[in-house]
Amino acid sequence: MANMKHSYYEAHARQRLYGLLDEGSFKELLPPAARATSPHLPLLDTPVAFDDGVIVGEGQLAGRPVLAASQEGGFMGGAVGEVHGAKLTGLFERATGRASGRTTHPPPAAVLLLLESGGVRLHEANAGLIAVSETMRALLDARAAGITVIGLIGSSVGCFGGMGLVASCCDTLVMSEEGRLGMSGPEVIETAHGVEEFDSRDRALVWRTTGGKHRYLCGDASVIVEDDIGAFREAAIAALDRKRPLTLETLAAEQAILETRLERFGKSHDALDVWRALGVEAPEGIALLDRDAFVEAASKARIEA
Amino acid sequence: MNAAELLAVLFPEGHAVAIDGDFLHGTGSIDGQTASVIGTTNDAAIGVELAFAMAVAVLRTVREHPGRAILLLIDTQGQRLRHRDELLGINAYMAHLAKCLEVARRAGHRIVSLVYGRAVSGGYLTSGMMADGCYALASAEISVMNLPAMARITKVSQERLEELAESSPVFAPGAVNYLKMGGLESLWSGDLASALCDAFRRCDPVDHRRERGQERGGRTRAFDVARRVRSDAID
Repeated sequence: MANMKHSYYEAHARQRLYGLLDEGSFKELLPPAARATSPHLPLLDTPVAFDDGVIVGEGQLAGRPVLAASQEGGFMGGAVGEVHGAKLTGLFERATGRASGRTTHPPPAAVLLLLESGGVRLHEANAGLIAVSETMRALLDARAAGITVIGLIGSSVGCFGGMGLVASCCDTLVMSEEGRLGMSGPEVIETAHGVEEFDSRDRALVWRTTGGKHRYLCGDASVIVEDDIGAFREAAIAALDRKRPLTLETLAAEQAILETRLERFGKSHDALDVWRALGVEAPEGIALLDRDAFVEAASKARIEA
Repeated sequence: MNAAELLAVLFPEGHAVAIDGDFLHGTGSIDGQTASVIGTTNDAAIGVELAFAMAVAVLRTVREHPGRAILLLIDTQGQRLRHRDELLGINAYMAHLAKCLEVARRAGHRIVSLVYGRAVSGGYLTSGMMADGCYALASAEISVMNLPAMARITKVSQERLEELAESSPVFAPGAVNYLKMGGLESLWSGDLASALCDAFRRCDPVDHRRERGQERGGRTRAFDVARRVRSDAID
């Protein structure tokens, strides 16, 4: 049974979280019984969720203490409102021990973000935008305090908008081929500039622009895994000690990579052009490769960030 | 107010800020000390190039002028909504800008942001909202999305949204709404040069926006929810 696969893509937030952490180790903070619901949704006659679409708490990963958050795309596309965002912010503050004196909580080895979100929740847009900003600042505070932050993307909604920015602030980003990461979703771009700009119903186009394989080849995703909760777990364990300090030197190195990307691919019209320019053999075949064959094909071409 | 007019009133003794297309960069004198000025103008759509240029200016300040104050001037319609920007990973470029500002803060640079035109969602998140102190002109507009688009997506009628916006600061565009939600320290009008000096004197690297939102009644839950997640005991 140990080798049986469990799709990460199809699992709910709670199943992903329980499957990722050591069995039976997760303890939830502000659980559904606490009724931490959005004060704003009732105003628009919209139903609330007792966890506001995100589960946060403590657990263990390979026997080491971690904090974790898991967003549920089934509730408003995992979008961030006031309460949802405050739970994420509070989790990072718990990690650094801000204002707690750290008498009851040992410093965790890492904070895990199981990301699934369309970004800011429009029903409470102003609260959500500020909440994402607070989350981002708290995340960067935690990294500065030496705590590893690991993002994981592989669920059906993907990770977009403000949460796409949060994802790109992690030490390590783990994605599956099915995971999608970006700023503006294809529908938003199509609405703004027409179907010729970005056809949101062209699944292959959407996939090769925002999907895990493209992000891995460009270096935005550090690891690519199969669509399997166990594979995400193994990748998270491997990332526990992969700390990337935020310093002038590391940011200068990141800046050099982004500059090179602009120079090399700034005129590309399609991911296939980027992959070809990277030196991927037979870029048209990339979509068909399974995870291991893809990693092999990518090994010489990908940009290591 | 356009960028040239703004710069003239912010820096009555003169400045050396270039208006380079949509990109503002250079220096000005605040309280008798040189500050880096970095920003956008013309209601800029922030794409990968502009986010990158801002990040370069931030790191250059940290590298070449340790401790120098940084003023972010914001006028943006948000992130550029193009396939090409997504292909290149605009989220990585914008997050990079945020990380550069964080490194500047930790190196002791005070950071103030001023929205003088528009500020919209992603374009504001990784620039102005990363400042120690966030401010806006009273005439500025801050938003995530306009009400017609919001009505389409939330499936709540525009009339209803407009009616609710009269009493709730939570979703409708407007600088006053962001003030009530705690996202801004204050709104400026009148003597902008002295407001600017004052903002830099009051810089605090700790994020107090939840407290402000609570005090002003715009965000009644965030402070308490974060406090509980931060410090609740687990059995």
